[in-house]
Amino acid sequence: MPLIQVSRLSKQYAVAERRPGFWGALAGLVRRRTRLVQALDEISFSIEPGELVGYIGPNGAGKSTTVKILAGILVPTSGEVTVAGRVPWRERIAHVATIGVVFGQRTQLWWDLPVIESFELLRDIYRVSPAEYRRTLDELIAIMDLKDLLDTPVRQLSLGQRMRCDVAAALLHRPAVLFLDEPTIGLDAVAKLATRELVKRLNREQGMTVILTTHDMDDIESLCTRVIMIDEGRILLDGDLDQLRRAATTERRLVIILADEATWIEVPKATVIHRQGARLTLRFDPATVSAASLIADITGRYAIRDLYVEHPPIEEIVARLYQGRTP
Amino acid sequence: MRDTLHLYGSYLAASLRSQLQYRASFLMMTAAVGATSFLEFATVWALFERFGRLADWSLPEAAVLYGLVNVAFALSEALARGFDDFPSMVRSGSFDRVLLRPRSTALQVAGSRIQLMRIGRLLQALLVLAWGAHALQIRWTLEQVGIACLAIGGGVALFSGLLVLQATFSFWSTESLEVFNIATYGGVETTQYPLSVYRRELRTFFTWFVPLATVTYFPTLAILNRSDPLGSTRAFQTWCPLLGWLFLAICLQIWEIGVRHYRSTGS
Repeated sequence: MPLIQVSRLSKQYAVAERRPGFWGALAGLVRRRTRLVQALDEISFSIEPGELVGYIGPNGAGKSTTVKILAGILVPTSGEVTVAGRVPWRERIAHVATIGVVFGQRTQLWWDLPVIESFELLRDIYRVSPAEYRRTLDELIAIMDLKDLLDTPVRQLSLGQRMRCDVAAALLHRPAVLFLDEPTIGLDAVAKLATRELVKRLNREQGMTVILTTHDMDDIESLCTRVIMIDEGRILLDGDLDQLRRAATTERRLVIILADEATWIEVPKATVIHRQGARLTLRFDPATVSAASLIADITGRYAIRDLYVEHPPIEEIVARLYQGRTP
Repeated sequence: MRDTLHLYGSYLAASLRSQLQYRASFLMMTAAVGATSFLEFATVWALFERFGRLADWSLPEAAVLYGLVNVAFALSEALARGFDDFPSMVRSGSFDRVLLRPRSTALQVAGSRIQLMRIGRLLQALLVLAWGAHALQIRWTLEQVGIACLAIGGGVALFSGLLVLQATFSFWSTESLEVFNIATYGGVETTQYPLSVYRRELRTFFTWFVPLATVTYFPTLAILNRSDPLGSTRAFQTWCPLLGWLFLAICLQIWEIGVRHYRSTGS
């Protein structure tokens, strides 16, 4: 039984068109001209408990519309959704008590209060019993290493620390599913790694179902077992990382480090796409030449210190998929 | 209900602690708000100084009315301030967070910002009320205290209703609707003078449509033991503040319509 079931979900917005200039603004007050925008066009997918799904797409693709509908904020135009057996927008209060949502750019904590006081307010808001609260809080303190942060006012936390507290805040009522919206945005490298590690542990060790929207492809690569890519309100791709790669391109990269920087290299059936000192990156298509024969050819002719085969970076793949959409 | 009050209490405590983080600023704002409202009462005083009586009301009698109106206004401004700041909440997207929490939206918006420095205005209004009552040597019987409490409660409900109504419009328009200040601030200004000084149309408006006068003017008559030139009965004067609660209930229904609109458009 899937935890989240979405079928033929559509959402249209009427967007007010602003006419330029003073008279345009005045006319807009009297009569609004609106234009229908199809934010979501009959999308369907389902998510099982314990999955960690990356939901990606360019700006304006319909990501946040989907998340808002799943979270019970928005009412769709048509289609069916159940999350843990409930229709989110029909039973808002019962539904939101079972989900946790973290917005990377907006904290839900009270800015001027110590973290622990925000937690206590959330306890009252979510009607968590004192015993249950104590138990969950102790667990979260242990998992996320919050001990030293609890008495600090939120405004004095670093972005990374705040993210940890925000994730904890979203879990105090033990939700069945966690939505993370751009959780690593604006974080420094160390905090990004720590946040990813945290999400990974929540998912792998606690079995938390996580839906992650992000622009950071490293998030996807290091976290997600499954990716749903959406563009112009339709699902472009739904599968694991390998499927994502195959959908875009079959090409591979061969990185070689030459023994001698000065050597010029030329290999049939592969193109040099990047050269930096002794380090070269070649592009080849495994359908026309196998990695083994390519390597044999190169090592037979040149002095090589090191070499390895890799996939094109996920950013490039995603960019290629976005470009490959209907022109 | 108890649970709701408990949560509102938690919001209140959190606001208090937040604001006490900036102690000096809190005290100065409180003092400033108090001082400004004293200047406001000075204009009432100046008017009576010049004309002696107004529609046969003496200054101390007007002070009692002024006190009741402003105690109610100060309380509602402190308790429902979140609605005053609501347009920015919609613009910044914070209202989404409200919808993500399993509580009534109105309760959360009210609790999002409770402005305690309005206590300055509250203290000033109480002082004016006490002075007026003292000068008139009002004997505070149980009945009169009851009427005063009903009036203040009705006033708080009514002003809160206006703030809710004003906030509701930001679901449709991002422009701030200064027009509403006519009803709130203008309403306070209007109702701190006896209703009988106004023309009939204005009286009707503030008695029945936005029943500001209803919740304060008529009960004040009962407290002062004055007969009403407009001919209202004592029972009406005592119980009419309940209309304020009806007004609030209606405004909260309209608020729900606004929330529904927001959830279908998402902006």
